[in-house]
Amino acid sequence: MKILVTVKRVIDYNVKARVKADNSDVDLANTKMALNPFCEIAVEEAIRLKESGAATEVIVVSIGPKACQEQIRTSLALGADRGIQIETDSMPESLNVAKLLAKVVEAEQPGLIIMGKQAIDSDNNQTGQMLGALLDMPQGTFASKVALVGDKVHVTREVDGGLQTVALNMPAIVTTDLRLNEPRYASLPNIMKAKRKPLAVQTPADLGIELKNHTKLLKVEAPTERQAGIKVNSIEELIEKLQNEAKVI
Amino acid sequence: MAILIIAEHDNAVLKAATLNTITAASQMGEECHLLVAGKSCRVVAEQGALVNGVSKVLLTDNEAYEYQLAENMSKLVTELAPNYSHVVSAATTTGKNFMPRVAALLDVAQISDIIKVESSNIFQRPIYAGNAIATVESLDAIKVITVRGTAFDAASASDVSAPIESLDIVNDAQISEFVSEEVAVSERPELTAAKVIISGGRGMGNGENFTLLESVADKLGAAVGASRAAVDAGFVPNDMQVGQTGKIVAPDLYIAVGISGAIQHLAGMKDSKIIVAINKDEDAPIFQVADYGLVADLFDVLPELTDKL
Repeated sequence: MKILVTVKRVIDYNVKARVKADNSDVDLANTKMALNPFCEIAVEEAIRLKESGAATEVIVVSIGPKACQEQIRTSLALGADRGIQIETDSMPESLNVAKLLAKVVEAEQPGLIIMGKQAIDSDNNQTGQMLGALLDMPQGTFASKVALVGDKVHVTREVDGGLQTVALNMPAIVTTDLRLNEPRYASLPNIMKAKRKPLAVQTPADLGIELKNHTKLLKVEAPTERQAGIKVNSIEELIEKLQNEAKVI
Repeated sequence: MAILIIAEHDNAVLKAATLNTITAASQMGEECHLLVAGKSCRVVAEQGALVNGVSKVLLTDNEAYEYQLAENMSKLVTELAPNYSHVVSAATTTGKNFMPRVAALLDVAQISDIIKVESSNIFQRPIYAGNAIATVESLDAIKVITVRGTAFDAASASDVSAPIESLDIVNDAQISEFVSEEVAVSERPELTAAKVIISGGRGMGNGENFTLLESVADKLGAAVGASRAAVDAGFVPNDMQVGQTGKIVAPDLYIAVGISGAIQHLAGMKDSKIIVAINKDEDAPIFQVADYGLVADLFDVLPELTDKL
């Protein structure tokens, strides 16, 4: 069984995003970029399935400008076998991403597709579900455990009230939650080896997809800043402030 | 055209998040219909019919919808959607699960987790863990939207019951099935709806020490939350996590104990009315957003706080 993993290049999670002065978008010039943390977990899960003998090949796909090859190479260094970049000028909307991925899935025929549950830049939490709809495949979103049971995959999902387990026919889509696993680090020899692993570049036109905008970004603003308040010296003072000044207890 | 709201429920009780969603939906247009899909869930439809702003309840009662599996729900909603200008649900794990499938089946975008309705096609939503607010215009004929509950008031109760219409639409995709669930049991208020929340982080040291927070929570009628560090360390279950990847809360009072205040945690709680931080590190970033900060060892002050309340 092949596993397809999708990865996205995003702002490093430790960096605080800054809004551009003209309010057109977030300023990413000279900002540290990295593999989206949820995608990193997806790569790790796929590699573990390969190590357990359940999967034969791990293919990693990223969509975006040339720079996203860096994140594909990172994934190859972690243990993925080969990469596919779909080159676009900017990051397309989720639905376009899902349509591009659907074409890759049709060509590669993976048994399992593992994706992050959300990208930490757009915070959309959509692409995996959209891909599921386009391919009429079942989905196990927000996964904290993935187990192959017979010809099905059992996915334990993190839901509001606790955990829920679903059984999905394969091929299926899994989107990862943070607690699925602890991603490994790439060793230097593996980073060197990753440079020689195959990486194919395709365009949306190659896949027969025309990108269409469904939304228009009108403006991006900084949120209203909260001001730091005061420091109190004791619990008595704190309770007094909460009762008389803030009136919340 | 009317607006379709998908009710969140457990086949017995309409979840509070739906009430906030109804308020948001009412700002998008005049007429709101509430879809209750589940199994033996007429009681939920009756609750929904008594909410202000709901002019009609659509009820689909079938085994296929018992656990609101995304594969089945999305087909049902997609079938109804062409009669509506907007399809709206709460941005809970249930809504986040099936709504993007609805959008893709309709070939439209989804606008996730909105915090403000500017007009029937312009919405605000946070991006980059809440560090920026995007204003987005939808260019699609049908707008598929999920709503951040804490950004809207709950719709009130009405004296008049809206009509309930039963629909006989069965969509069983038969590609997924429910296996089991583990529901965390708590007598405290639900995290996303609580007026007061007290949360613990890595500084709590271990799971047993969370009883210190529970004692305070009992006095205040508060819910107990946690940072990701506390969840990852195994102190408490994940459904208590507040943050970008956990629950988004905005209570009247949020007390952060032993939480440093990483970007991802702040994303989940910085819209709280009053924030109190208790931390022994006076440089912890949490103090930059706290209205009241106390630099102290939590093990000294928590018992004291319980005593004095």
